[in-house]
Amino acid sequence: MSAAYGGRSVWSGATFEVPHGSFTAILGPNGSGKTTLIRLILGQLGPAAGRIEVFGRSPRRGDPTIGYVPQRASFDPELSIRGRDFVGLGIDGHRWGIRIRGLQAAATATQSAIEAVDGTAYADRSLGRLSGGEQQRLLLAEALVGEPRLLLMDEPLSYLDVRNQRAIVELIAKIARERRLTVLLIAHDVNPLLPHLDHVLYVAAGKVVMGTPADVITTERLTEIYSTPVEVIKDSRGRLFVVGLEEETAHPHA
Amino acid sequence: MHEVVLTAAGPTPSWNLIDDVAQLFHYQFMVHAFEAGTVVAIAAGAIGYFVVLRSSSFAAHALSHIGFAGAAGAVVLGLSPVIGLLAFTVGAGTAIGALGNRLRGRDVTIGIVLAWTLGLGVLFISLYRGYANEAYAILFGLILGISQGEVLVTVIAGVITIAAIIAVYRPLLFSSVDEELARARGVPVTALSIAFMAILAVAVTEAVQVVGVLLIFALIVTPAAIAVRFTSRPSSALAAGISLSLVFTWLGLSIGYFSPHPVSFFITSIAFATYLAVRLFEPLIARLH
Repeated sequence: MSAAYGGRSVWSGATFEVPHGSFTAILGPNGSGKTTLIRLILGQLGPAAGRIEVFGRSPRRGDPTIGYVPQRASFDPELSIRGRDFVGLGIDGHRWGIRIRGLQAAATATQSAIEAVDGTAYADRSLGRLSGGEQQRLLLAEALVGEPRLLLMDEPLSYLDVRNQRAIVELIAKIARERRLTVLLIAHDVNPLLPHLDHVLYVAAGKVVMGTPADVITTERLTEIYSTPVEVIKDSRGRLFVVGLEEETAHPHA
Repeated sequence: MHEVVLTAAGPTPSWNLIDDVAQLFHYQFMVHAFEAGTVVAIAAGAIGYFVVLRSSSFAAHALSHIGFAGAAGAVVLGLSPVIGLLAFTVGAGTAIGALGNRLRGRDVTIGIVLAWTLGLGVLFISLYRGYANEAYAILFGLILGISQGEVLVTVIAGVITIAAIIAVYRPLLFSSVDEELARARGVPVTALSIAFMAILAVAVTEAVQVVGVLLIFALIVTPAAIAVRFTSRPSSALAAGISLSLVFTWLGLSIGYFSPHPVSFFITSIAFATYLAVRLFEPLIARLH
């Protein structure tokens, strides 16, 4: 499969299959086409070449089997909507009119999604006034409330501190295990995810590669894939750092 | 008909409230004013909640001013100002809606168009050699001069506005809170943005009759802006915004009846005083919680 945006090729020759119930991180430098991949899965963009299937069918907009958490720094502090009402939008926010039937069922589903992310303490406060970690948890609750099979998250960790990053990752992994969810998550830094990760999808320099972290995130493998000197450095605490691909993306091959 | 009120010795309020209310509704023109004012307040208060939620208050303000040129133009052509008002606000609203809610520089574009249309309005006013009252009514509102036919039009427009808001309520709320998320769930975000501005245009056209294009903020934005300071529950904020809008209108009409000064002055002043009081006492209220 290939993807293009505005007539320019983003990446091509991608072939991958994400197994049901697996936890996969989408990694790669800025502008390499990670969000493009998400748009393909959401059906907001068609592949430039090839084919993509989500649960055996081609992607369509508003697919209720997908729980989506978009990338965002934080909500405007002046945005006045109660956390609980925001989570409730995940049930029927896309439907016309006002909610008349199923009020009780909606309230119950909302409450259980809020409990799943440990958000009861602040769900009745205004979303814009919550901390980044609290907002991220309610975004997760909003994605979960429709009982999806796939959880699609665009950089849910990027605006959190290290402690909150670890807590959110633990939470996502726990919920995914309990509900047998497939998780696809864009991340900037693979390290907080490593303990839970089944696969990585590496998107860089016009290519997409999938494999286990131990397989893909190595100096030899990345250098070979991208035919450019890439170095994977491991620090004393076992954290991985990929060096060399950022420049590749800044100056893509024509 | 407002001339009657301005030149007569004027009614005086007593300490008997029932008597005062009976006096208020003694004249047909006051009954009409209350009927139209009530409908307008409900529509303005309801759409105002979404104006505040979407941070579109400048767009709402601009719409009414752009409508001024339309109203003045209609008067020059010998048409009812409401027709010109509606044509210009709906046209401009649709265009603004198509620009999208998050577009950088949107307000600059709106402002540039706004300045030009105000210039057009000035031209139309100068072309119209008739009564200056027409211009006054468009700019500042003349609710006390509203006719039975106009009341009927206002009620119909009000019902359409409310019905439209109910019809798009959930997806409009969703896309106002998080456009990206709403789009991923299949909500037609751009179409809704246009629909919202079109509904707002109709509400603005109605509200102009009460407070005029210059004072529209007091009925559309102020009630909702106060409401969201008290509650972040959408249903409660909507109800509170509509209630405040109604109270401002009713109080303004009542005081205006017993006074030689314009109704729109009282409505805007009551709205402003309420907002001021809420902002001043907010730290106290927060401490009580």
